[in-house]
Amino acid sequence: MKFNSDYLVPIGCEGIYEINTGKWRTKKPVLDREKCSRCGLCFLYCPVFSIEKRGKEYEITYDYCKGCGICARECPKGAIKMVPEEEI
Amino acid sequence: MPKIEVMNGNKAAAVGAALSRPGIIAAYPITPQTPLVEYLTQFCADGIIDSTMSEVESELSAMSVLTGASLAGSRTFTATSSQGLSLMYEPYFRASTLRLPVVMAIANREMISPQTLWGGPQDALTVRDAGWLQIYVEDNQEILDMMIQAFRIAEDKRVLLPINICYDGFYLSHMAEKVVIPDQEEVDAFLPPYRPEHILLDPEKPMAVDPLTNGYLLTEYRYKHMQAQQNALTVIEEIDREFAERFGRSHGGLVEAYRCDDCDAIMVTMGSMTGAAREAVDAARDDGKKIGLLKIRTVRPFPKNKVFELLKGVKAFGVVDRNVSFGWNTGIVYQEIRASLYQNNTVIPSVPFVGGLGGEDLTMEHFLVAIDGIYHAAASGDYEPATQWLNKEV
Repeated sequence: MKFNSDYLVPIGCEGIYEINTGKWRTKKPVLDREKCSRCGLCFLYCPVFSIEKRGKEYEITYDYCKGCGICARECPKGAIKMVPEEEI
Repeated sequence: MPKIEVMNGNKAAAVGAALSRPGIIAAYPITPQTPLVEYLTQFCADGIIDSTMSEVESELSAMSVLTGASLAGSRTFTATSSQGLSLMYEPYFRASTLRLPVVMAIANREMISPQTLWGGPQDALTVRDAGWLQIYVEDNQEILDMMIQAFRIAEDKRVLLPINICYDGFYLSHMAEKVVIPDQEEVDAFLPPYRPEHILLDPEKPMAVDPLTNGYLLTEYRYKHMQAQQNALTVIEEIDREFAERFGRSHGGLVEAYRCDDCDAIMVTMGSMTGAAREAVDAARDDGKKIGLLKIRTVRPFPKNKVFELLKGVKAFGVVDRNVSFGWNTGIVYQEIRASLYQNNTVIPSVPFVGGLGGEDLTMEHFLVAIDGIYHAAASGDYEPATQWLNKEV
């Protein structure tokens, strides 16, 4: 067998970093900056820390976002839309 | 000078474990293993051994404590029986798949129901595919010696797997016989301290252990685990030889063949029943039957090639199992032996025997009946005989 791992047992330097859970997503949250009030609720509610604060802006990162939609549901301005992946 | 003491199997296990200097012992008492935990707790309380005794609230905790302790680099020991082993099922798997060289004594006890507490290896044999090494022993000296060898085998860099030393409940756990206790210095020379390199929780070199892992990496770990099991076939024999050189006692390595050199049929046994079987073989030999006896010591890894080499030339063989494989209508060891023989078109008539369940005595009379059954199979050429039950009335 050809090995991808040099280890005998699963340890953290491989394993989870190999898993792009973002691939599981069927709907993707898309942020409309025009509507966004920068309240930060999406950042607080995201269960997998996929929304980051950069300066005054909030940005959605997609590597580990599974598309649960909590951010879209909690946004008081309706600034986040869940868009089916195949439409993007 | 080595000391000689009359002791039961549980004490032999406790003394063997103590001589191996485990850093942490975690165990929960269960019949018939209970006195083993009591001995070790006493040794700790009296300062005879320098181990931490973790008095846990269940077997699940015992195995989990040892998982952490072993990850942190400690030599670890536990012991259990029957339902206790069942309760460990999840961390039992984790210890082997994390390649932690935990040593666990199992005082084999029959599984429920009906409620029972007597001897029988159904508990450990049922989990033979959980990745641990499993060695089944015959007497109390072998228990003590194998506790010391177990750490060497488990911690060998070619193996790095946890190991069960299994002995029949009550027949060995509570039976007293002469046992030689080796000197601590000699054991220390044979068994150096455990120094893990493959996995270690160390604040100096932070490491996250056991993350969510994709199947293609899991497949690699399984492959390496299977290789380690195969490596153990060599390591167990090597360490048996080295032990024999140092301490003057060999227990046969993977299997013990008794009067097999010139035999035409073989009876296979495992564990404490082998004593009576040996007597029966001697008696049958006096009767003119050229029967041999094969004692299986190692169930995981299973010594397929050894078994094949010994059995390929005989007219018939039989396996006496003190356990059952539901759905196969035979015992478990019979199944394993049959599978080992599927090489080079070898077809040998054979008989599965099941007896001694729930700790019932397997007497010389049972084994003589079994030997007759084996020769009957040889004469009739019966390749698929029904299981013969060796019960109270045979």
